[in-house]
Amino acid sequence: MSAVTAPSSAPTMVRKFEKVCAILDQHGRDPAKLIPILQEVQEEYRYLPEQVLTFVATSLGLPPARVYGVATFYAHFALKPKGKHVIRLCDGTACHVKQSIPILEAIRARLGLTETMDTTPDMLFTVETVSCLGACGLAPVVVVDEDVHGQMTPESAVALVDAIVEAEGSR
Amino acid sequence: MTVVIDGREVPVNGERNLLEVIRKANIDLPTFCYHSELSVYGACRLCLVEVEGRGLVASCSTQPEAGMRVRTSTEEIRQIRRLTVELLLANHDESCPTCPKSGTCKLQDLARRLGLEEIRFKPTLRRAAQDRSSPSLVRDPNRCVLCGDCVRVCDEVQGIGAIDFIHRGSHAAVGPAFGKDLNGVECVLCGQCARVCPTGAITPAQEIPAVWRDLEDPSKTVVAQIAPAVRVALGEAFGLEPGTGLSGQIAAALRVLGFSKVYDTSFAADLTVLEEGAEFVRRATADGPLPQFTSCCPAWVKFAEQYYPDLLPNLSSCRSPQQMFGSLAKAMLPDLLGVRPEDLVVVSIMPCTAKKFEARREEFATGGVPHVDHVLTTQELARMMEQMGIRLTEMAPESFDMPLGFKTGAGVIFGASGGVTEAVLRYAAEKLGGAAVEEVAFPEVRGDAGLREATVNVGGRRLKLAVAHGLKQARQIAELVRAGRCEYDLVEVMACPGGCVGGAGQPIPGDFDAVRQRAHGLYETDRGLQFRKSQDNPQLAACYETTLGEVGGEKAHCLLHTHYQSRKRIADEDITLMAGPGAEKVKVRVCVGTGCYLRGSQDLLHGLIRRIGELGLSDRVDVQATFCFEQCDRGPSVAVGDQVLERCSLDTVQEALVSLVT
Repeated sequence: MSAVTAPSSAPTMVRKFEKVCAILDQHGRDPAKLIPILQEVQEEYRYLPEQVLTFVATSLGLPPARVYGVATFYAHFALKPKGKHVIRLCDGTACHVKQSIPILEAIRARLGLTETMDTTPDMLFTVETVSCLGACGLAPVVVVDEDVHGQMTPESAVALVDAIVEAEGSR
Repeated sequence: MTVVIDGREVPVNGERNLLEVIRKANIDLPTFCYHSELSVYGACRLCLVEVEGRGLVASCSTQPEAGMRVRTSTEEIRQIRRLTVELLLANHDESCPTCPKSGTCKLQDLARRLGLEEIRFKPTLRRAAQDRSSPSLVRDPNRCVLCGDCVRVCDEVQGIGAIDFIHRGSHAAVGPAFGKDLNGVECVLCGQCARVCPTGAITPAQEIPAVWRDLEDPSKTVVAQIAPAVRVALGEAFGLEPGTGLSGQIAAALRVLGFSKVYDTSFAADLTVLEEGAEFVRRATADGPLPQFTSCCPAWVKFAEQYYPDLLPNLSSCRSPQQMFGSLAKAMLPDLLGVRPEDLVVVSIMPCTAKKFEARREEFATGGVPHVDHVLTTQELARMMEQMGIRLTEMAPESFDMPLGFKTGAGVIFGASGGVTEAVLRYAAEKLGGAAVEEVAFPEVRGDAGLREATVNVGGRRLKLAVAHGLKQARQIAELVRAGRCEYDLVEVMACPGGCVGGAGQPIPGDFDAVRQRAHGLYETDRGLQFRKSQDNPQLAACYETTLGEVGGEKAHCLLHTHYQSRKRIADEDITLMAGPGAEKVKVRVCVGTGCYLRGSQDLLHGLIRRIGELGLSDRVDVQATFCFEQCDRGPSVAVGDQVLERCSLDTVQEALVSLVT
């Protein structure tokens, strides 16, 4: 796999920062709106960079430790950059008994990831587990970006990964 | 209204919650997360009681109601309490004998009280690194019970919020933002978190071994200065009541420990009164700026440097008594004692953790040698005495050494909130009035309220004074000054509730009443002294004659005054917005902190990025958003290369940039 995502270009960085300023202004720089602000900021950056969190804290008149506390409390918020494609494997009860763990192991093995290292060095993939997607009838379930795939096997999951790698490589 | 507690009727007189009523009835329910001065958290579940008709409730979060029947100790409650403590211990570093909190730890004490004999659960502790980055405090997350006392005292009393809960569930911890250490964030090192911590998770940093080493080194002459608040609290570590004055015994014990001379920080406090009083008279009669803020408290000074850099001209330029003593001792004592300057070691004994930080400030060193070599807290002094086996209370009292051991009552009350103000008033009353004044007590400025105001007539002038303890209160006044709505002439700030007597280096007080008693002890000492006004200190006059010259003069200024610096709250947090590929690039940093934002820095930044593109300089310039240069009054601030421009417009930045690039 080759490196695909180049470091953000200057115009991108500027545009993102201006967007953060706009988000803060839209919420009236109200500290009570911290969570929606963080959600929108994360949509811009795909994670919450430390410097941006400090900027948000300063702009809202909150101690950075408070903002960091909120950002680390919710699983939704990411403090490390995620890969271009996020693969979420459901490990809720139904998926678990339908053998979700072998699927997880197969995906991780395919991408060279472990429990503590969940993003590939080329920033193409992040692999996470979630507790329940509410789609137990389809168990075991894998969600790739926004697409839900049901009744997966280790082989079919790896095939999904292969397809993405191929698509990315051909660009 | 009465409630029935364990079968006995107990009257309710305005207690905030059932827990306080129960404690009033002499049942000491255990708690980790309850402090009367903080908000009620209700997390530790140790204060559970059974209320008839309701079952088990946390008494800290339950209002007393008429006729309520309460049982505080049933088999079920005892079992729950034991289970709670057992679970905490399963997730706790159990190396108690080597913990700095051993002997005063609430968790250890509770395990003993509840008769815990074994922990049935598998240990779950994931080892985390200790934080020893700050000179004042040590954080050991492995001993944290997540009661949140430290988080709440930092936020609610000091208005800072340097630490908070991070992560959640089994990963929950307390710490500074982004996993930084205390030294990298806005902590002012007051140590109130350590005062309220029930365990050894946050403790004052210790430097006992270094002091022992110097005491034993035959080439060194080690002298001690002891702060006023220490003498009325040290006895608590030896079983005496808070407020018991022990100056004489402490002087004797320090000599037994090996100190060559025992001096008094109160002497330097007298010196502070003269210098700070003269500064105040000068500001009041000439060009200001007023109010004058006191500068004795190093936590307050750091706080002001971080949050109110625009008000630094209002801070008295006087060094704190500790540092006045330090520079004076290093200037005077080598001749006086006949020792080489490099062999003189100054150790201060302070009620305070922030004093350790203050002594390491670069302003307070000459040629790399600090004026104060070591700072011991009251706790550490008690520990050294214990290590040697000194029976403090049995010592025959001795006197302090002259000349730096002579004090007046004004120098002694410095240790209590309101004391600095009162001491300065005793001086200003004569200076502004021009005649000797007999009345020395100013009860208007004494008391407990976090923010006190007083109007005092001295020498025909009406002076408006404010006394703040707790930095949250100080922030209120600073905001008033910033808004131009402050009418005070003199503002005293002490970071710790109660003033230095409530410092984090003191023996851990049971409640605020102990702090009150310590203050009372200082005022009692004041009443008993021969001289009660700093200007009457005969040794001080002699000192000005031989070493310092005139009050407020050039020599005095050099040794006794200082300057302040604006200080970043959070280290290394610039946001890179534009990073040109060229080799020799100019770094442009635009402040987007609150002060500069209000002055239009955001628009400036947007305009600047556009302008750089138009000028074709994109590959020659790195643009970063930063916060802040801590000169908020002169914003928007932009750094172009090494040059920080104030009150910037797009054109001034362009000019500076173009001249640097071309």
